[in-house]
Amino acid sequence: MRRVWSWAALIVGGLYFLLPLIGTIEFSLRMRRGEYSLDAYRSVLSDPNFRATFSYSVAMALLTIVLGVLIVVPTAYWVRLRLPRLRPVIEFITLLPLVIPAIVVVFGYIRLYNTSSVLPLTGTASGTNLLLLCGYATLALPYMYRAVDTGLSTLDVRSLTEAAQSLGAGWVRIIGRLILPNVLGAVMSGAFLSFAIVIGEFTMAALLNRPAFGPYMQLLGANRAYEPAALAVIAFAVTWGCMGLMQLISRLFGTRIRPT
Amino acid sequence: MRQIGWNWLGVVPFFAFALLFLVLPTMNIVIGAFQNPQGEFTLANLAGLASPRIVSSFAISIKISLASALLGCLIGFAMAAAVVMGGVPRWIKGPLMTFSGVASNFAGVPLAFAFIATLGRVGLVTMLLRQWFGINIYAMGFNLLSFWGLTLTYLFFQIPLMILIITPALEGLKREWREAAEVLGASTGQYWRMVALPILFPSLLGTFALLFANSFGAVATAYALTGSSLSIVPIMLFAQIRGDVLQDPHLGYAMAFGMIVVTGLANLAYVVMRARAERWMR
Repeated sequence: MRRVWSWAALIVGGLYFLLPLIGTIEFSLRMRRGEYSLDAYRSVLSDPNFRATFSYSVAMALLTIVLGVLIVVPTAYWVRLRLPRLRPVIEFITLLPLVIPAIVVVFGYIRLYNTSSVLPLTGTASGTNLLLLCGYATLALPYMYRAVDTGLSTLDVRSLTEAAQSLGAGWVRIIGRLILPNVLGAVMSGAFLSFAIVIGEFTMAALLNRPAFGPYMQLLGANRAYEPAALAVIAFAVTWGCMGLMQLISRLFGTRIRPT
Repeated sequence: MRQIGWNWLGVVPFFAFALLFLVLPTMNIVIGAFQNPQGEFTLANLAGLASPRIVSSFAISIKISLASALLGCLIGFAMAAAVVMGGVPRWIKGPLMTFSGVASNFAGVPLAFAFIATLGRVGLVTMLLRQWFGINIYAMGFNLLSFWGLTLTYLFFQIPLMILIITPALEGLKREWREAAEVLGASTGQYWRMVALPILFPSLLGTFALLFANSFGAVATAYALTGSSLSIVPIMLFAQIRGDVLQDPHLGYAMAFGMIVVTGLANLAYVVMRARAERWMR
């Protein structure tokens, strides 16, 4: 009896998840009347705006990962080594982006960094790009910090540092050549998750008016019928790829990163 | 003394970043919610939230978040319980967890597209129901751009999140508890009602709060799905930031502040409940 209920729950749930995926794929192939074709994909891939926005978002995602690593790794390391009492504070701050909706944060950016402020970042394109980058880094912060902190917990940070210092290494060298390689697995899983989040992010990019992939998808969705389905399939493939790689890596390195 | 001074220096970049791009922008909005255009302290903005338009947007947002969190909890729990203790083959758990990891992050604009392609007017399921069973769900009053449509769409990331969080809690239920209950003559129903559910209750309630916050702050999915036809809070705030549709910037700050309060309370509930749940998970 219990088994019947279990299967029922799994089948109903499975159908719920499978049908939209099948529906999207089927819809994306329907562009040519009467037969299945890849026309929608062709149309999307040959759109110069697709290429421009997609490469913009990929670049932003990579920069976000770099910025995230630069902020998180030294901080998490330093706190573990020298300021353990500060850990709850740092942890609390890194969880804030999960509490404060992204739309509120970006609203604050627009107000705080407008053209008449002390730091008029939104006045220029490069300034706005920088602002968006920092916004993405805050979005990635909870995942990145959690990943790196878990990675660090498997190391004897103090002994490693003392060993490196007694061999004459400076701080930059210790973090870059010793700590970072040792938490690389954790950093990579955080990085893939950040990539998946940033690549299709809509709210911040749209409100800061940047030509990112998320707003492009939304615009296409409002104006076309079949191309959005093709985009959804592509986006799902990207998410799947990122998360698949992340799970693979976290299995290889034995770290868990969900901030729950 | 000198040592302490130097140690602080190591976390300055982090605090500077958090201050500039997280704390100050948020504080700015919160303060703006309590100021009038002249910069004086006022509660008028918060009072302005009581206007029918904003109240109804909060009401529908909260209703959608409640419905999707509740259904997400129920269905996610059923699926997780089926895998952990339902007697289905062990190999199902791995793929289910992997898939949940992916699906819980598959939100935003593409998710809206997926549901339009599936349950939209010419979507796959809509068409198949009509062709195979002669059921026209749109004639029956279903609309993807509605309360139920949005709730159904949100479930796509809510259920996986529930599965990810509750599976470890279910696995933490000790065999001995069940055996002890059975030795004392409890039926399966009694075991669940009097042992398992009370232990799981904080986890369930905490996850419910988390799911609630999760859907309350979601902008992209709703915007891509409904444009601006459904006035939920994030959509209205989005329109407000873009073009001051409330015709009062400070009312916009008050609305954003209201959003922080709701998601903040939900997350607080999650943290408190999690701390309680951990008592049993040793």
